[in-house]
Amino acid sequence: MKLRSTAAAAAVVVLALTATACGSGSDSGSNGDKITIGIKFDQPGLGLKTPDGKYAGFDVDVAKYVAKELGYSEDKIDWKQAPSAERENLIKNGDVKFVVASYSINDKRKKEVDFAGPYFLTHQDLLVRADDNSITKVEDLNSKKLCSVTGSTSAQNVKEKLAPKADLQQLGGYSECLTGLENKAVDALTTDASILAGYASQKELQGKFKLVGLKMSDENYGIGLKKGDDELRGKINKALEKMVSDGTWEKLVKANFGPSGYKYEAAPAIQK
Amino acid sequence: MFDFLDSGQYDLLGAFWVTAQLALYSAIGSLVWGTALVAMRVSPVPLMRGFATAYVNIVRNTPLTVVLVACLLGLNQTLGVTLGAETFENIGFRLAVLGLVAYTGTFVCEALRSGINTVPPGQAEAARALGLSFTQVLRLVILPQAFRASVTPLANVLIALTKNTTVAAAIGAAETSLLMKTMLENETDALFTVFAIFAFGFIVLTLPTGLVLGWAAKRLAVKR
Repeated sequence: MKLRSTAAAAAVVVLALTATACGSGSDSGSNGDKITIGIKFDQPGLGLKTPDGKYAGFDVDVAKYVAKELGYSEDKIDWKQAPSAERENLIKNGDVKFVVASYSINDKRKKEVDFAGPYFLTHQDLLVRADDNSITKVEDLNSKKLCSVTGSTSAQNVKEKLAPKADLQQLGGYSECLTGLENKAVDALTTDASILAGYASQKELQGKFKLVGLKMSDENYGIGLKKGDDELRGKINKALEKMVSDGTWEKLVKANFGPSGYKYEAAPAIQK
Repeated sequence: MFDFLDSGQYDLLGAFWVTAQLALYSAIGSLVWGTALVAMRVSPVPLMRGFATAYVNIVRNTPLTVVLVACLLGLNQTLGVTLGAETFENIGFRLAVLGLVAYTGTFVCEALRSGINTVPPGQAEAARALGLSFTQVLRLVILPQAFRASVTPLANVLIALTKNTTVAAAIGAAETSLLMKTMLENETDALFTVFAIFAFGFIVLTLPTGLVLGWAAKRLAVKR
């Protein structure tokens, strides 16, 4: 008897938990007067959650600007972490209204979500120690030790196209790679120039590293949103156009990537 | 649905082979290290007992990711230990085996200690009375019975170890979870299929382990 009542109580708890879980998932990224935006929490310069609980970076600033144009002031934004592998699902499930998280536009992703923008054009590049001048072209890489994040597109590019003979180390995060770069265990860290610039712009790392400036791929960062939501897409595109034309775009890029000496491209044209 | 597997872009079997190797080498290493630890834990020398107890409690309660990343950042990048490997992939593999042995050895040690506790103390006392030294008592009387009694917990440790090998991707060993991350990056339209394939792969690795060792545990158990 005692066992049975315990089981019943457990069942009730489980049911209640399931019900709450469903309840919180049913809104579509904007409940009432708030808007939920997906960003990275761990990329300095793009999307970073600072120790005091604030958010900083270029993606964050773009998201704030777009949200303002959509009628949401800064305190009406709920930030949600959008790690690379989860971005599509966050959008499809309606957990976020849109995603601004160094989200490169490509065909596979376009099958799952729609993109507004692009709002930034960057290239795969290399970060090396500030006193290292031995890499000037892609061919130099074959005799070098490279580091990138496990499974990332940049890592695959190196392995398959750019420098198949290079010794590539794939690690869990860019921070581990940076330690290796500092200790001379690796010669270069490779990924999108914007991400590299973000790291090189960090206060404690300024002056230690530099970007090589190779353009090894084109990455167009877009704002990911639910497939078929053309109204929102149009609005975001309009906000992005305004951001470029009123000079805010230039200002934000300089503020976030300036200290690294990153030679960024002009704002890309919006794809209608 | 599975068409991306036919492209030849992904070496699925190769990745699982690396995982199996990682699990096998780590299993052998941690069995040896765990036995050494348990010998120290029950030894009459207070210093050895103290070391083994402290080691087990510290390493067992440290997250595996921390152990492995410490191997990479501390041993490899800072101290320059390469364990005789040339390329990053081999360095990652060997460091992962080292980290997994250091970590799993503690669980093997505790599993064996539970096995030792099943041996009636009278046997050890009788062996001592016959004039056997501590190592002889351990080697000839206690450990053979302890191993036979702890096959089931050791099987648990082995299964956990097999799954723990996925953490090695964090330091660049080219095993399954590294391939999975690569596939997740490329095949964004088939996330759940990719997950399912790898989950199935691990079941194929671990389920037979559990069944065989479960059968062995029954055969080997000391009938008292």
